Amino acid sequence: MAKTVDQYFDGLRGTRVWRSIFRSGTGSSTLKRALAIQQNVFLHLFSTKVRTRMLSFSATWYLGTLTLGTFFILVATGIPLMFYYHPSVPQAYADTKDLQFVVSSGLFLRNLHRWSAHAMVFLVFAHMFKVFYRGAYRTPREFNWVIGVVLLLITLLLSYTGYLLPWDQLAYWAITVGSNIASAVPLMGNKIRFLMLGGNAVNANALLRFYVLHCMILPLAAMFFVAIHFWRIRKDGGLYSHASEPETVRAKAAMGDASAKEAQ
Amino acid sequence: MIDEDKTGNVEDTVSRRHFFAKLGLGSLGIAAAGTAAFAYQFLEPNVLYEPSPVVNAGKPDRYPLDSVTLDVNSGIYIIHSQEGYFSLSAVCTHLGCLTAWKPELGIIACPCHGSRFKQDGEKIEGPAPRPLPWKRIWLNDDGDLLVDRSTDVPPLQRDSFVRV
Repeated sequence: MAKTVDQYFDGLRGTRVWRSIFRSGTGSSTLKRALAIQQNVFLHLFSTKVRTRMLSFSATWYLGTLTLGTFFILVATGIPLMFYYHPSVPQAYADTKDLQFVVSSGLFLRNLHRWSAHAMVFLVFAHMFKVFYRGAYRTPREFNWVIGVVLLLITLLLSYTGYLLPWDQLAYWAITVGSNIASAVPLMGNKIRFLMLGGNAVNANALLRFYVLHCMILPLAAMFFVAIHFWRIRKDGGLYSHASEPETVRAKAAMGDASAKEAQ
Repeated sequence: MIDEDKTGNVEDTVSRRHFFAKLGLGSLGIAAAGTAAFAYQFLEPNVLYEPSPVVNAGKPDRYPLDSVTLDVNSGIYIIHSQEGYFSLSAVCTHLGCLTAWKPELGIIACPCHGSRFKQDGEKIEGPAPRPLPWKRIWLNDDGDLLVDRSTDVPPLQRDSFVRV
């Protein structure tokens, strides 16, 4: 009889190589399943146990996960785009045109990057609205809300810095206007604009600065804060569920006592 | 899987779960192969912004008789010999360094690993595995010497020279 797919995987999981990488071993006991999460460097940020109802669509609308998904798409499409893009004044626009018209699948990757960027900004706002109206930002999760605000700002800065890179008229004037808004900061506004653009006008230095911010500094900052954001979910008692909050449980218990007394 | 039960009836025992597991893994496999093909196509440039292999070496009278002239930018020698003009690659056949003409010794020498060549490209000594290749050279309608760096021609043949 032919082996089933499951049996192949079980065989694979039993091999010495597999066991050297994933140390928790096979088995479906509660302990083994908890270890599978806790001993994985990527998954150990998350809780080893999740309430089943928090996995349903209605609990979160999956907005945070979808935001992470768009971020992954943006990384996966952005890196290949970097292979054909030179952040220099004579080449940036021509490279963008080449990606559109000459490079195999360049149009697909560029458009996927652009649409995912729009989707990510939308999803970040949707996620924040959902968290806000559910009241999931309240104690003990208030610091995770603050990290969420930082992530919102990083998302907007990623959008803004990416906007300049095609080096077309739209990009040029958008960054001109945007940097002039930055110069409206009291007292040090002009200094901020000067540092941001690396000069007095949107030019070669500004393009290079925005490129480095867009491809290195901001994505790394986003990953750093996303890691804290996820880790805090576990530390703050898992995803917010009204029925399981300590206050609700206490109130219910009090009500239960009261009704129990009445019954006596 | 085809199993035969006791009564001899052939029964199909592929479970729904098993079928979908195989379908899912198969789809993942196809997607992975497609991604690999996609990545390969993307990474191979369709347009190159590299200098043309054809170099204009100017008018023949720039090169006096019995002279060897190195064009550093294009990596070729223009040599005006008794038999005519010919062109030699200046890129060492060992590991690609740019060679230099040594007029006091009358040889071409590579600074990297000491390979030495005669004026016609033949190797004298050193690690270079092959002689310096001859390149196609011809006169265009304006009377300029053109060299095609992408085309090798046999050394010392009549057609490998240009006579003016």
